[in-house]
Amino acid sequence: MNDARPAGERGPLEVRIARKAFTAASGQRLDVLRDLAFTLRHGEVGALVGPSGCGKTTTLRIIAGLDRGFEGSVRRPPGGRLGMVFQEPRLLPWRTVEDNVRLVAPALAEADLAALLRVLGLAAHRAHFPGELSLGLARRVALARAFAVQPDLLLLDEPFVSLDATLAARLRDELATLMEIRAMTALLVTHDLEEAVRLADRVFLLSARPARIVAEIPLAIPRSQRNERDIAAMLAELSARMNGAGPTATDSHQAVSPRSD
Amino acid sequence: MVRLVSLVLFAGVWWGASLFAGPQMLPGPHAVFAAIVGEARSGELFFQTGVTLLRVLVAFTLAMVVGTAVGLLMGRVKLVDRLADPWLIVLLNLPALVIIVLAFIWGGLTEVAGVLAVAINKLPNTVVTVREGARALDPALDEMAEVFALPRAKVLRHVVLPQLAPYTAAAARSGLSLVWKIVLIVELLGRPNGVGFEIGVAFQLFDVTRILAYALTFVAVILAIETLVVQPLERRASRWRTRPA
Repeated sequence: MNDARPAGERGPLEVRIARKAFTAASGQRLDVLRDLAFTLRHGEVGALVGPSGCGKTTTLRIIAGLDRGFEGSVRRPPGGRLGMVFQEPRLLPWRTVEDNVRLVAPALAEADLAALLRVLGLAAHRAHFPGELSLGLARRVALARAFAVQPDLLLLDEPFVSLDATLAARLRDELATLMEIRAMTALLVTHDLEEAVRLADRVFLLSARPARIVAEIPLAIPRSQRNERDIAAMLAELSARMNGAGPTATDSHQAVSPRSD
Repeated sequence: MVRLVSLVLFAGVWWGASLFAGPQMLPGPHAVFAAIVGEARSGELFFQTGVTLLRVLVAFTLAMVVGTAVGLLMGRVKLVDRLADPWLIVLLNLPALVIIVLAFIWGGLTEVAGVLAVAINKLPNTVVTVREGARALDPALDEMAEVFALPRAKVLRHVVLPQLAPYTAAAARSGLSLVWKIVLIVELLGRPNGVGFEIGVAFQLFDVTRILAYALTFVAVILAIETLVVQPLERRASRWRTRPA
């Protein structure tokens, strides 16, 4: 995919959330996030991993600018083009697959669109309406839409949840391919460690509510060079770390790299 | 097929009733049909029906466009809703006749006053229906539009209006029949032509045949619009819905 924008405006994603609270129906205030801070360098893929209900989606919504009721600051990479894949596909049911993608990226060249749809296995579904697609296909369209805008920052909220394992794995590989084609800063929210290990450069482990980052783990081997053995080793170490991630493991910056010995 | 049987049955009942009531009170189907043909031959039928149809279309379009805009605004902006709601209730409960008479007094016996009176009568009904739809808009799609920074015009056209389609369709359906009934009253009271005017003349002459001839012709016209314009449009607008196999 061609990127005609001038180089140079490539900044990091800086997230400093001091506090985010919800007011429950009973009137009680509930802290969801507390002192949650991290930085992603340009071109880096981060994964937020934590127990379900800990506030991962809330974090993503704050970064996307959908939730402004929080204390703290978020600095997105300059350029500002945002691509997002929600937990549900959120397609317009009255527009075809092609129109759904073109709507957010009217300047996308036909060749680029064709390439994108081919990578995601959607070439045959261009003229279909979302109601005619399976969930797996609809999720691919949501991915295509997010990549079509050639984002400076890509946010993914459990993009493969409620898909069967085989399909999720295939989609994950397609996502990895797309992220190889063009460097972009991306943040992936997931509860699946394997997903994080396969897609990310840097994993952030979140605590239970109120969520903060208990461990930041850079994955040493570049994404494209990891083989199955590396992944298995990283996964084992990460899950050990996650189970042991108590207050004592706070702010651990030790890299997971099975080849270092 | 069932519709045809029903229609034949209707003509039969009509014919029977006309025998019973006498041709002065209720002329039979054949007499009314002959009157329609006569009026059509003189060209009068086409002119009067055309004039009425034109008024219906202008008033209908006006009420739908303004009503959709106001309804959308009221459904989405709380302050507007609270400000405009009392007005809406007044307008909803104002009898059509009052609006028409006031329009003619304030605006004179003009075309503009007449069409506006009809549009104002239909307006609150559209507003209420569309407001309901605007309240039911999917916030998930709004967020999608916000994240991808879609311009306002695109959001309206591709995200909001398609969601409102069932509501605007419902307003249009009930609107067409309401509007043409009110147009007839307007014509009776303050216009020198149109189906309503013709019926007024026939009323003074006690000419039931002519009343029925004009009324039935216009019903047929509305029916034709419904099947030839409204229904195909609706089918097109809902073609994305997966039909049950």
